[in-house]
Amino acid sequence: MCECPAGNREGTPVSQVHTVFGSITDYAKGTIELVSGEARHYVFSNIFEVAARSKPYERVVVGKNLEYVQEVMRADGVSPWFACGHDEFALCMDGEIAVDFIKLETPPSADKNGAVLAGEQPVGARMGYVKLRRGHQVMLGAGNAYRFTATRLGVLLQQTMLGDLSVQKWREICYS
Amino acid sequence: MPDTLTQVVASEPSNRNGYRSFKLGRFELSRDEYFVTVHWPAKGARRSHQMPADAFLRACMRDVAWNFFYGWVNFDHVIGTRNRYGKVDFYAGTFNGTLKEAGVDYLEQFDSELVMATFKAILRDWVNEGFDPFAAPVETGSAFGHKNGDNIAAIERTRIGTTRMPGLPGDSPLRDDMPVNRAFADVAQDEPEIHAEPGFEGELHAFSLFKYLSRSDVTWNPSVTAVCKASLACPTTEEYILPVFHGNDRVEWFIQLSDEIVWEVADKNTGAPRARVTMKAGDVAAMPADIRHQGYSTKRSMLYVWENVTPGLPQRYESGELPPYPVEF
Repeated sequence: MCECPAGNREGTPVSQVHTVFGSITDYAKGTIELVSGEARHYVFSNIFEVAARSKPYERVVVGKNLEYVQEVMRADGVSPWFACGHDEFALCMDGEIAVDFIKLETPPSADKNGAVLAGEQPVGARMGYVKLRRGHQVMLGAGNAYRFTATRLGVLLQQTMLGDLSVQKWREICYS
Repeated sequence: MPDTLTQVVASEPSNRNGYRSFKLGRFELSRDEYFVTVHWPAKGARRSHQMPADAFLRACMRDVAWNFFYGWVNFDHVIGTRNRYGKVDFYAGTFNGTLKEAGVDYLEQFDSELVMATFKAILRDWVNEGFDPFAAPVETGSAFGHKNGDNIAAIERTRIGTTRMPGLPGDSPLRDDMPVNRAFADVAQDEPEIHAEPGFEGELHAFSLFKYLSRSDVTWNPSVTAVCKASLACPTTEEYILPVFHGNDRVEWFIQLSDEIVWEVADKNTGAPRARVTMKAGDVAAMPADIRHQGYSTKRSMLYVWENVTPGLPQRYESGELPPYPVEF
């Protein structure tokens, strides 16, 4: 990483700018220097490390705020069809990933929290697809089935709610 | 709110440095060429505290922009505000372990509108031409010196709310018309490809969050980019120092999207140091509900702040119904 200010309002060249994004094959995990308390209180993990050690499309919870969660998925090959009764949002943190959508004839109940499996051939109209690369965020609208296809190994961060498919393995992923 | 504005108590401009002084209840706030001074009564005496004018203005700007935020906004180790959601506490020393124990602290509660009007009046008077309290230090002029004009455009940026996701019809706009910040000149500007079947053109939506963030013209000022019921994604770009110590009235989560931030974490009530948390790209960490934190970012970085705005959370944490830590393991 460049150690010097990368340009200023007077017009200093910006060619040395280097923004560091991690990837599933190249990441560095931070640290906790304790004065008091315990490291586990910070529930500290790294999404690339989690993805590197997960099964394809395992929905590993890395953030939990009561019933709301952030899940990490290793985008590797083709995922099952998922669906959800509320909006979810996926952020591509690495790789290249296509997302197919189907307008479900029988969507999950709006009262049901978190994603569910939508079966091998969900019934409904094809809505189209979205192609994501690093930094792209897609809305996974309530009531639609969606399926990921990684054309290059990647990592997804998904904002959703704790559900039947959420996997919690805090001791394995966090500093303690 | 005309009724509230008329309650702002301000002096005439000083004939020495040109700045007005302000009163908020029994607090007195003034500035000179370099410093902001706050006076308050305690133990039968008039107490005082000073902080650099630039640091005060950056903190005050965040307090205004965030509408007093979630919990405590400590301007420094002595003064700050606590959001009571409709009311606001302004305090000196109340959340400093030493000053509190010595009994020289003071807290007064006000209607939020009065504090907001007073802070806005302070910013309008104390922010000089050329100084932008939202900007990184290398991107703005000096806050110091005699009264020299103003910078109303910088301090009254309109905050745009998001109801679902930016770029959707009727929702907040993307930032395609804003320039890429110098520190993110290498960030890819491509957008996702959206291939909608006929009839579904308006139902598929995606955008480049990293492009959006690379075009932010402010630092330490979250914008909502995804709403899942009461779960808000609030990413922001960070450079230099978070101008406040944010004291949490609920659990807050950080996801470091790029580069690195070091967080100083301290006890919420006393300010006693607890930890330094260094977060690198891809790191995820919780800020428990019983701490205050302040971040340092040398290279401008992208930080995903994740908030839960479920009503009643401050009371549930304060009563002990909810533990301060989000996960037991």
